[in-house]
Amino acid sequence: MEPVLISPAMFKLFGFFPTIIFSMLLPVAGVGLFTYIMARRIAPLVKANPDSRFDRPKERIVNVLKIWLGQYRHPRYMMAGVLHITIFFGFLILSVRSTELVIKGISEGFIMPGLGGILGDIYYFFKDYAATAVFFAVVIAVVRRGIFRPARYDYPASYGHDHTNEAIFVLAVIGTLMVSESLYEAALVAAEIQKGHAATFLAPGTLAWFFKNILLDNSISSLQNMHIAAYYVHDLTFFFFLCFLPMGKHFHVITSLFNVYFMRLERGNVRPVRYGVSDEQLDNLESFGVKKFSDFTWKDILDFYTCADCGRCSDQCPANAVKRPLSPRFISIKGRDYAFSHFPLMGEFVGQEPLIGDVYSDAEIWSCTTCGACEQECPIGIEYINKIVDMRRGMVDDGNVPQSLQKPMSSLEKRGNPYGKMEKKRSEWTKDLEGCDVKLFENGDAADTLYFVDSITSFDDRMQLVARATAKILCAAGVDFGILGKDEKDSGNEVKRFGEEMLFQDLKSHNTEVIKESGVKKIVTSDPHAYNALKNEYKDLPPVEHISQVVVNAVAAGKLRLKGVTDEEAGRVYTYHDPCYLGRHNCLYEEPRSAIDAIPGIRRVEMLKSRDRSFCCGGGGLMLFYEPEEEQRMGVLRVKMAQKAGANVIVTACPFCLVNMEDAIKVAGLEGKMQAIDLSELISEHIEQ
Amino acid sequence: MADIFAYIKHADGVAEDSALELMVAAKKIDPAAKVMAVVTGTGANLDKVCKEMAAVYNAVWKIDNAALAYPNAEVVRKALANVLPADGIVLLSHDTFGMDLGPGLSVKMNSTFVADIVGIEGVDGATLKIIRQEFSGQASTHVTCDISGGTVLNLRPGVFQPDGVKAGGDVVDKSGAAGDLSAKRKYLEMVAAEAGDVDITKSEVLVSVGRGIEDQENIELVFDLAKAMGADVSCSRPIVDAKWLEKARQVGTSGQTVKPKVYMAMGISGSFQHLGGIKGNPFIVAVNKNPKAPIFQVADVGIEANILEFIPALTEAIGNL
Amino acid sequence: MEILVCVKRVPDTSENEITINKGGNDIERDDLVYSVNEWDNYAVEEAIQIVDKVGGSVTVVTVGDSESEEILRREMAMGANNGLLLTDDAFEGSDGKGIATILKAAVGKGKYDLILTGAQADEGAAQVGGMLAAMMDYPYASLVNRIEVGDGKLKVGREIEGGNQEMNEIELPCVLSIQTGINEPRYVGIRGIRKVASVEIPAMGAGDLGLDAGSIGAGAAKVKRVDYFVPDTGEGAEMLTGSTEEIIAKLIEYLKSKGGLK
Repeated sequence: MEPVLISPAMFKLFGFFPTIIFSMLLPVAGVGLFTYIMARRIAPLVKANPDSRFDRPKERIVNVLKIWLGQYRHPRYMMAGVLHITIFFGFLILSVRSTELVIKGISEGFIMPGLGGILGDIYYFFKDYAATAVFFAVVIAVVRRGIFRPARYDYPASYGHDHTNEAIFVLAVIGTLMVSESLYEAALVAAEIQKGHAATFLAPGTLAWFFKNILLDNSISSLQNMHIAAYYVHDLTFFFFLCFLPMGKHFHVITSLFNVYFMRLERGNVRPVRYGVSDEQLDNLESFGVKKFSDFTWKDILDFYTCADCGRCSDQCPANAVKRPLSPRFISIKGRDYAFSHFPLMGEFVGQEPLIGDVYSDAEIWSCTTCGACEQECPIGIEYINKIVDMRRGMVDDGNVPQSLQKPMSSLEKRGNPYGKMEKKRSEWTKDLEGCDVKLFENGDAADTLYFVDSITSFDDRMQLVARATAKILCAAGVDFGILGKDEKDSGNEVKRFGEEMLFQDLKSHNTEVIKESGVKKIVTSDPHAYNALKNEYKDLPPVEHISQVVVNAVAAGKLRLKGVTDEEAGRVYTYHDPCYLGRHNCLYEEPRSAIDAIPGIRRVEMLKSRDRSFCCGGGGLMLFYEPEEEQRMGVLRVKMAQKAGANVIVTACPFCLVNMEDAIKVAGLEGKMQAIDLSELISEHIEQ
Repeated sequence: MADIFAYIKHADGVAEDSALELMVAAKKIDPAAKVMAVVTGTGANLDKVCKEMAAVYNAVWKIDNAALAYPNAEVVRKALANVLPADGIVLLSHDTFGMDLGPGLSVKMNSTFVADIVGIEGVDGATLKIIRQEFSGQASTHVTCDISGGTVLNLRPGVFQPDGVKAGGDVVDKSGAAGDLSAKRKYLEMVAAEAGDVDITKSEVLVSVGRGIEDQENIELVFDLAKAMGADVSCSRPIVDAKWLEKARQVGTSGQTVKPKVYMAMGISGSFQHLGGIKGNPFIVAVNKNPKAPIFQVADVGIEANILEFIPALTEAIGNL
Repeated sequence: MEILVCVKRVPDTSENEITINKGGNDIERDDLVYSVNEWDNYAVEEAIQIVDKVGGSVTVVTVGDSESEEILRREMAMGANNGLLLTDDAFEGSDGKGIATILKAAVGKGKYDLILTGAQADEGAAQVGGMLAAMMDYPYASLVNRIEVGDGKLKVGREIEGGNQEMNEIELPCVLSIQTGINEPRYVGIRGIRKVASVEIPAMGAGDLGLDAGSIGAGAAKVKRVDYFVPDTGEGAEMLTGSTEEIIAKLIEYLKSKGGLK
């Protein structure tokens, strides 16, 4: 039977030139160019440092299913999330059709294997809706990016030109693919109807159906031309887009699957100085940290490629919010631009100058509090903390450390705490403790449990109150515990994160030894930074718990009874601030809340940014000594968030959060209107004897 | 007992405060000794100072030479080494000039040297017993010094308070004995410290902040208090080293000299270099969380408290008056 | 330029509480941490920066015992090229002039264009640099907070009263004592120190330096410390007591009467 319209495989341009030649050349050229580009893009990964990402495949596949396929993180920004999910699923569905179309241009009548029968009908039905949905999503996206211009896409002048035009261009390309595919089909169906043949069913309301209705009265020859033109527009655009993907932020279309597969599985830990080099072998390394581009691992570079420039990370970044010179998004974009310009598609791989000073600034890298909000938010698994810590390691190796940090680091080396206080004073806080005996392992006492106090809680006047409160809770709950006293050194959580790896190793091996000598079976701490270090960075230690977990267990077991709020407290509204190292890094969100709620009559509200969206207080450990360039303090923003939630008491479970909140309350002029209290203090005040 | 020679520092024809302090110290060494003021320089200003010192000292030795127009320690050392007797007891103020001159002078005069003396106990034969401090003032020590071959002593400024006792003598011109005053160090010029937006040397009430403020952002609290009191803000050296406040606000020997009526020392430990910048005996209020801080020895009123809590409370209370 | 920097191992005053021992003849040293004298560290950083610009090498030298080696290593980890330990029982008890004599002998064993010391150390005497210069007939400048290298001479700024800076031109070879704040010393991490942990540091004694006992040590010292003591502090401040409100009220009364409130 004669076909309704000549298909692209059979068509002859100007009557003699077989367009099938285009149908064959385009894929060959397209795929060939694409392969070449991909090879150049992969080159820097091959030259990069190793990374350990091939273990635990089952968990990785689950991540891919949940985060990549399930687009699990996208709805956190609802509007953009829904738009993207539409375009993403549309693409997945249409990829089958697009491939089929390419081959159709060479072999007329080609149908994708499996789509011959009823399955094919169902598929074709849904794919038209998919294309229509994608088209409308694209239109909305263009309006949103072009007219409404949400702030998180902004490009500060120092980072280069705005990328809105590129975004709109790509949206237009996607729109073109949808329109051309629909037109190709619509022209054919319109011709079928005109010629009185059995018309292929087009799902009503779809783009193709809509075009068909418009084209019903066109002449056969115009439909024929439209059919062929639409086909080759689609074919050309398809391969153009394929080759365009690795050229910019849409590289994520290809790399996101891999990036999510290779995503980090553990939380709270920082990667080793070099994979494959054990702690004992570290002294042999020539250089520590990331100083030039090839010092990054291949996963880092994959991260750079995968960045979709969406700005969600920077939108959540507390350092960015207070206008420190750090915007995580630009760590990725600058990295990507560097990779593109130094490993160009044509020509030599250019030599590598130091990253710090040229690509990234000192202040940019020191500004990070390692809160993890960026990594939590990224929908395609990009990591930041490891890179920043590695760049800090490089700077420390070169002696490039801010003056304000040198003294505390030297004090940590000499005295085991950043304040330079004498070791023997580490247990002085126990002296004013009434009704509770704190055992001292340094004296030869023995106990079941170790209360790891850590530096700030041991030495700071204000935090010693938290130490005493925690001790009282442990006593009341019947826990047999002791402290290391002068044998305890700083847990070193921030020492590691500020790049002084060898000092961290010293602290770690010292603490590990004394903990083992004490013979304890459990460790409890009221300091989330210590909790994180002992649990995630140290090895072979007894299990570690946070005091909130102890409280919850003790209340449930009936060992700890809490009395209700006083009249004054009944009138207050409490809110809980999730410390970064308890919440995001260690997923302890519920226990502190349950602990607070165990106090009868307490009124608690949630801040808008809570749980894994909690807003960093400003940082702990060595971060307290750093002098950042910023417009205001993170803590001030946070106490205002508490105010906005209707609270007048902030409860937090971290001594550094407490320091920052109390300072912020003063600086923000909210004394008398807002107060901060530690969880341990709150609980211990309500212990029923 | 050998003669004592006090080197007089002066500027614009006026002797510095230390000039009188040296006389007091000299009398402590030996109440009966003949104390000569030694003045170097040139021109009318030199003569003015010599005349002023002639009313105080037993004699004034004048060394007039163009090379001494600016007190360049390298040149002065040569002059003194040539003019003064080998066994002389030379007194200098332990200021930046005395630090520059003293050690080298003692070598050239082949005599002993003791720096930064805070107390003089007396002479026993050929041994002088004095008091010094070490470890930034945290420990005091008794030191003996053999003065048989002469000695150069640097005295801490501000310690030997002038008692108004005068002697009186003649001016003797020793310029001829100065000798060759060529030196391998040449004075070029003075670069004045940057003028800030406030001149604390003229302030009547100062709220001064030290390391106890802990963090740059807390400095706002100090400005709030100063505003409530109608005072100016000043600080100690560590605050300037950390670049939290400009140099023009630093009180101390390497900073500004202030003469307020009231001086609030907030979180300042009270090192002598800082106190050295406070003149005129103001009413000093010290707030510090360390009850052993040296500032409490010189303050009139002391409060043991953490300034981060005390300052806002005080600001509020003043605001409520 | 060949630069020699004289460094000293001292108790870290800010990290220690200095107390007098029972015998009164020394401070309590059991719990002390030691490090390189802060002023000397600035001097080493300055030397390294000069050599980075004009070439040459930096040697750090100290008069001490085997424990003093650790600070030489730390400064070498920072970037000094060579270390030299001057050690001998005969050096014990030397006064300032004795130390300068020992250093002079060491200077004579090398060829240095510039010698740096810190402006002062734990004893607060600020003397060794000036003495060393005079012994060698080198020009001297103290409290230097700025160095510009010229041809055969340096332009140096001295920090003097009022925060002013006295600019001088000084001929090489010379001795300078360095004031804090001249630069921002680079950080020395544990890793850097471990890298130089096994480097050989030459040691020289009295014999190697050609010094005779009469010029050094306790015997030659003419300035001697007799004891340490805690001075009678006298009256001191009137400490206000009571609740914070009471204290503030009393303070305000005082301030009003002394003209402290406007």
